[in-house]
Amino acid sequence: MTLVEKILAAHSGKKKVSAGEFITANIDLVFTNELGAPNVIKEFRKLGVSKVFDPKRVIMLNDHFTPSKDIASAEKSKITRQFAREQGLVYFEVGRGGIEHVILPEQGFILPNQVIVGADSHTCTYGALGAFATGMGATDVAVAIATGEVWMKVPPTIKFIYHGKLPKWVGGKDLILHTIGDVGVDGARYSAMEFIGEAIDDLSMDGRFTMANMAVEAGAKTSIFKVDYKAENYIEKHGDRSYSTYQLDEDAEYERVIEYDVSKIEPQIAFPYLPSNVKPISQAGEIKLDQVFIGCCTNGRLDDLRIAAELLKGKRIHPELRCIIIPGSQKVYLDALREGLIEIFIEAEAAVSTPTCGACLGAHMGVLAANEHCLSTTNRNFVGRMGHPTSQVYLASPAVAAASAILGRIVSPEEVTS
Amino acid sequence: MIIKGKAHKYGADVNTDVIIPARFLNVSDPTEWTKHCMEDIDTEFISRVENGDFIVATENFGCGSSREEAPTVIKLSGISCVVASSFARIFFRNAINIGLPIIECVEAAEAIDMGDELEIELTAGEITNLTKGKKFYAKPLPKFVLEIAAKGGLIEYTKEHLRSKKLS
Repeated sequence: MTLVEKILAAHSGKKKVSAGEFITANIDLVFTNELGAPNVIKEFRKLGVSKVFDPKRVIMLNDHFTPSKDIASAEKSKITRQFAREQGLVYFEVGRGGIEHVILPEQGFILPNQVIVGADSHTCTYGALGAFATGMGATDVAVAIATGEVWMKVPPTIKFIYHGKLPKWVGGKDLILHTIGDVGVDGARYSAMEFIGEAIDDLSMDGRFTMANMAVEAGAKTSIFKVDYKAENYIEKHGDRSYSTYQLDEDAEYERVIEYDVSKIEPQIAFPYLPSNVKPISQAGEIKLDQVFIGCCTNGRLDDLRIAAELLKGKRIHPELRCIIIPGSQKVYLDALREGLIEIFIEAEAAVSTPTCGACLGAHMGVLAANEHCLSTTNRNFVGRMGHPTSQVYLASPAVAAASAILGRIVSPEEVTS
Repeated sequence: MIIKGKAHKYGADVNTDVIIPARFLNVSDPTEWTKHCMEDIDTEFISRVENGDFIVATENFGCGSSREEAPTVIKLSGISCVVASSFARIFFRNAINIGLPIIECVEAAEAIDMGDELEIELTAGEITNLTKGKKFYAKPLPKFVLEIAAKGGLIEYTKEHLRSKKLS
């Protein structure tokens, strides 16, 4: 069996499951942010169940429109907060957490072999720690918090093998953009993406979270990584819970196997209006920018900020551009502050602010005007994603983002360092 | 059940950000959301759509976020069924869960044009293009999914399941 099949078999009381089979799986963890929570709560109430299945396994938090951008969004946060209190759930308030997909691993909630359901499409991020995690809508999550179970179809797995050594300034974001550019936005539709190979072994946990995060942009149900010493160290450092791991089977059946030589991969840019519209930086051409955004559940972790700081140190943001940097969690923010990264950003004249998903989904903290061009470390560049429908979003790594912020146009980090 | 209406035709990768942009989801009122359905790619959709109409699109309809508001606003706008070559997985679940009929049919999705008059028989998945005089048959939905749809969505399905669990 594949890793995904092993996890799903264990959670559905079966010895073996295969791709395409419908199962009911027990859930280890289920969560929602305030964007989905009011709908989740409304549907939960309709079920006639008074309590969630296990308050220790249900998490609610405020991160999307936070700190509340207006009265309407404040009301959504209030509904979320009140339900969390009523049910005694695990709850993260503004100032005590950050972006869900950054804080849940950081707070030790995510472990290998878990089945996790979240009311957010980027729930697939937790595959980086060997969990089966997938995004669903409000009604599915309402049923999940009531029953502790969810129906699903066992997905086939596509194995992606990354050979070779990563060039300087090429990281997890470039690998996943290159992959989505290759297979397309529905290239892994309904499948699990398994990421493996020498380059993955070399990648930091933060780089792996970035890759896992964007599996959904290829249409995948989830991502999955083998749990190695780096993942084990991460889990140990961020919690004290016990867990088990599975080995990869030699005879596991894969839908497809796709291989890349990463030594030839340049920094990648996804052009508007699809994450699959990817070009290597050498073919990007001359694109002037109005805004650079660094942060979000894709690239708002400490490694991302370190890379940005390495390039921004002693430099100034281009005078005709604004740069917004948002750490993904309070912990990332504090760690970055203690390392001196925040000082580097502010001296470079970047705006630095409290954790929020706001800018990524065009809610607040970096909304674009008509026809503006933004290079962003986020995960989507659909029409209107970050603001006006005529604005244009280019997706790239924190290295490309920092370098481009300095020169005011899309550039390779090498142009700043050489 | 036979439904008759006009087709509103789109291409591939119609994503949840254009079905209902997140910038309108700060409020909790579904009628407010519905005013903005499809507006980032089709500003006239809301003024043009009539009760019973269909959205027809090609591959990967509904890709992007998990927001259930996407099928909700389509349903509230008056659309009776979405026909697509394929659906993104979260949208597929959400549509079934909230009771928005969806049909997968590559041939129909490709052959139908904006404004074509269609007649759809949902149970059999039979699509008739009255404008072009052509008939198509949809790929049947998995049995398990049909059971949820037959109950009118996941909440009713689960309620019944919970009741029978209590009794047994």
